[in-house]
Amino acid sequence: MANVPSDLKYAKSHEWVRVAGDVATVGITDHAQHELTDIVFVELPEPGRQVAAGQSCAVVESVKTASDIYSPVSGEILEVNPELAGNPGLVNKEPYAGGWFFKVKMTRPAEVETLLSPEQYLAQIGPN
Amino acid sequence: MKRTPLFDVHQQLGAKLIEFGGWEMPVYYSGIVAEHLAVRQAAGLFDISHMGEVFVRGLGAAAFLNYILTNDVGRLRPGQGQYSLMCKPSGGVVDDLYVYCLAPEEFLLVVNAARIRADVAWLQEQCSQRPDPRQVRVEDASEQWGAIAVQGPASCRFIEVCCEGRSDRGTAVSVATELKKNEVAGFRFRGEEVFVARTGYTGEDGFEVVAPAGLLAPLWTALLEAGRPFGAQPAGLGARDTLRTEVCYPLYGHELDENTTPLEAGLGFFVALEKGDFIGRSALIAQKEAGVSRKLAAFKMIERSAPPRPQYAIWKAGADGMRVGVVTSGTQSPSLGIGIGLGYVATECAAPGTRVEIEIRGRRAAAEVVRKPIYRKAD
Repeated sequence: MANVPSDLKYAKSHEWVRVAGDVATVGITDHAQHELTDIVFVELPEPGRQVAAGQSCAVVESVKTASDIYSPVSGEILEVNPELAGNPGLVNKEPYAGGWFFKVKMTRPAEVETLLSPEQYLAQIGPN
Repeated sequence: MKRTPLFDVHQQLGAKLIEFGGWEMPVYYSGIVAEHLAVRQAAGLFDISHMGEVFVRGLGAAAFLNYILTNDVGRLRPGQGQYSLMCKPSGGVVDDLYVYCLAPEEFLLVVNAARIRADVAWLQEQCSQRPDPRQVRVEDASEQWGAIAVQGPASCRFIEVCCEGRSDRGTAVSVATELKKNEVAGFRFRGEEVFVARTGYTGEDGFEVVAPAGLLAPLWTALLEAGRPFGAQPAGLGARDTLRTEVCYPLYGHELDENTTPLEAGLGFFVALEKGDFIGRSALIAQKEAGVSRKLAAFKMIERSAPPRPQYAIWKAGADGMRVGVVTSGTQSPSLGIGIGLGYVATECAAPGTRVEIEIRGRRAAAEVVRKPIYRKAD
């Protein structure tokens, strides 16, 4: 059963969002890391870049394939996780902690309300 | 999508399934890296029932196959197999395959899943043009037969579970572990004939067991149960691909197609130009004399980057570097922990040590052409 923490919001495309004030921290869900399996490389956006909700702004590479990661919210990339360059496997080990991808200073914080609740995300991924 | 006789077994094992060449196949069970390393260190079981089995029989079978295939079928005695290619008159590759001599007038071809139809059509067309087509019978038995690959250093410790007693066809051995590389023998499993060949697609010691479709599920279960104590685990197409890429075995549709010749692919060893006439021979002789303009090269990334992938451009290193080729296979090597790949490059850039760059999403990352295989077992 995939871990879906109750204090986060989720995008249909399997990113999670943790909100603190107007800053959103973004990563990929436990379900997503499990589906992708062994993550070997993460390409992150440049800090300062403006992103729109739903825009592709990172790439996660598993042994098998490359997958786009979308920003669930609009705003400016404040910071990216420096640990992932040397240790991309953190995304597999700690998808909700050490494996975070980037932080966005939100320009439209109301967008968070349009994201999925943990219950809705659980319903989307189904029982497995 | 087609399913192999082991489909239910894969589901019970929790496999992640994908489409491959029109088949619904397991890409992994536990994870690609774990399965890859299990094959390098212990053993893995692969369902390769999607591959085709074609029997060629008759008085004229050996001469026919020697005219159709690039390698020298005349060197095969009953109980021996060889890697070979089937070419068009242009030298382009129809398929790459394994041919086993089961008896003087009986051969088994194991061909790529996505090429079964093209191969059988080609074989039948060529057969019909023989002076006496009745001396050769081509039978596509792909639906009635399947196969399991048992690969890895521990394979020898449990392969005999699929063999009841001595071999009764092909190479005469008392147990399958006595087979030498590329030898094949017919054994009994639950009273029915299965063919065990010492070959594979991983660069490890191992076997491929070709069996009637109805026997595959009990065969799989018997092998897996016998192999578990030695570290064997089921392995999917994901690991099969990373394993073969590390040892630079070509995959049809990636390194080989009808517009690519065996010489360009670096497979000249399997083209017996001296054996007499065969389809593609004159084109291949001409290409050999003129020299190939592009060659399949193996490369390793030498800076941290995303893994190389098929279709990425290859550039010559340096400010004035030209585009010199294209990646055909690429992945992160589970054994080496770096990006590796195969690709066609201009011949002058194919020498080991040549610095190249792989274009990954608009950025170029440094790589170096290396000797094949990219991964070599420590002795």
